[in-house]
Amino acid sequence: MSGNMNLTLKVWRQKNAEKKGELVTYPVSNISPDMSFLEMFDVLNEQLITENKEPVAFDHDCREGICGMCSMHINGRAHGPKDAVTTCQLHMRSFSDGDTIVVEPWRAAAFPVIKDLVVDRSAFDRIISKGGYISVNTGNAQDANNLPIPKIDADKSFEAAACIGCGACVATCKNGSAMLFVSAKVSQLALLPQGQAEAKQRVISMVNQMDEEGFGSCTNTGACEVECPKGISLENIARLNREFTLASILEEK
Amino acid sequence: MSNSELFTSSIAKKYVMALTGLFLISFLVIHCTINALIFVNDSGETFNAAAHFMSHNIVVRILEVGLFFGLVLHMVQSLILTVANKKARPVQYAVVPGNSSSKWYSRSMGILGSLLLLFLVVHMANFWVPTKQAVFAGEEHNTFEAMKVVFAEWYFVLIYMVGVGSLAYHLMHGFQSAFQTLGINHKKYTPMIKAIGFWFSILVPAIFAAMPIAMHLGLIK
Repeated sequence: MSGNMNLTLKVWRQKNAEKKGELVTYPVSNISPDMSFLEMFDVLNEQLITENKEPVAFDHDCREGICGMCSMHINGRAHGPKDAVTTCQLHMRSFSDGDTIVVEPWRAAAFPVIKDLVVDRSAFDRIISKGGYISVNTGNAQDANNLPIPKIDADKSFEAAACIGCGACVATCKNGSAMLFVSAKVSQLALLPQGQAEAKQRVISMVNQMDEEGFGSCTNTGACEVECPKGISLENIARLNREFTLASILEEK
Repeated sequence: MSNSELFTSSIAKKYVMALTGLFLISFLVIHCTINALIFVNDSGETFNAAAHFMSHNIVVRILEVGLFFGLVLHMVQSLILTVANKKARPVQYAVVPGNSSSKWYSRSMGILGSLLLLFLVVHMANFWVPTKQAVFAGEEHNTFEAMKVVFAEWYFVLIYMVGVGSLAYHLMHGFQSAFQTLGINHKKYTPMIKAIGFWFSILVPAIFAAMPIAMHLGLIK
């Protein structure tokens, strides 16, 4: 078909967490501009399988931009050259015929490479398990109108809750900081009355876990906000800083 | 838990950076205002009087000790943070994001700060040490004349330009970043803070830069 592209891929190959990895060059041809970046990887893997070679391991799940699995650092940017998209939402029309594309895994001490482009992001799960929830009894949910919530707070909480935990913030931050992720997970609850009961303990425990996992600190370059596929705002990091300081001063435990 | 995270967590460390940073900014306001008195162009009479007050007043003396500690704390804390942040990414990317998602100076605070420190060594050797020696010897130090001598040399003027240039970019990020770290981010006030930070980062270094240039060119006598 006309308009199809021939590309050179440089993909990070690493057998397992212990082995040293390297960038390996693969040519792919006849790539449709309408393919998603992951579909282009499917083509590459088909090709590798036919050649009796090991296919590239990469994370993917929903392929509709909501699961946050497709952690690829493409040409120096998390999820590639477009803003506010995940890798599955990136289409090959964002590239041109003859391009060389470098694909690397997320690079952070807290996200060790498992294989090729797959990294272990369970550090995020451990942070969430430290308080990224509210404790509620089972049974009927109470009437929604029992708790009046200002529209502006509801909206901000919703925007923070849009975080899919993909780790692009960590991947792009020069310090490998998880502050945007943690701030979104703290903010979505801190903005609502339901989140108040456990607010102090939550923010302290989650930040402590974040530090323990070996994420860096926030130096406010703003790169995370630019790369976030869900547009999580830096305003959340300021809120996290506020919540954390007040909580660590006031908490009596 | 014994509130220890108030001092040990990564957020607490950033608070120290922000608070000491803002304290150092407040010093810049005083330093810049007093030095700008050389532009009165009265052979340094007004400036020397102000310099005399600053080197003899007890309150200023105490603040100077605080300033020294603030500066040391700012440097030591930044070193501790930098070491931890380097550890957070042991393997670097083959292709780095560069300027596509952040400003170069926001990623170069360590280098800019180190340049500032080197400049400070020269700067203090030029003025602070001789002033102190004079005070301890009970003599009057003519700081204005000392400035003329130093800035007669082109290489000192050059070093000072690099110094204030680093200061400008360090402030360009640091000023507004300090407020964000302290949790001050608000639709109404943040644009104002950013605008003030921007103009502060240009004006203060520009006034500082004008001093060696004006003296070197003999515009101020």
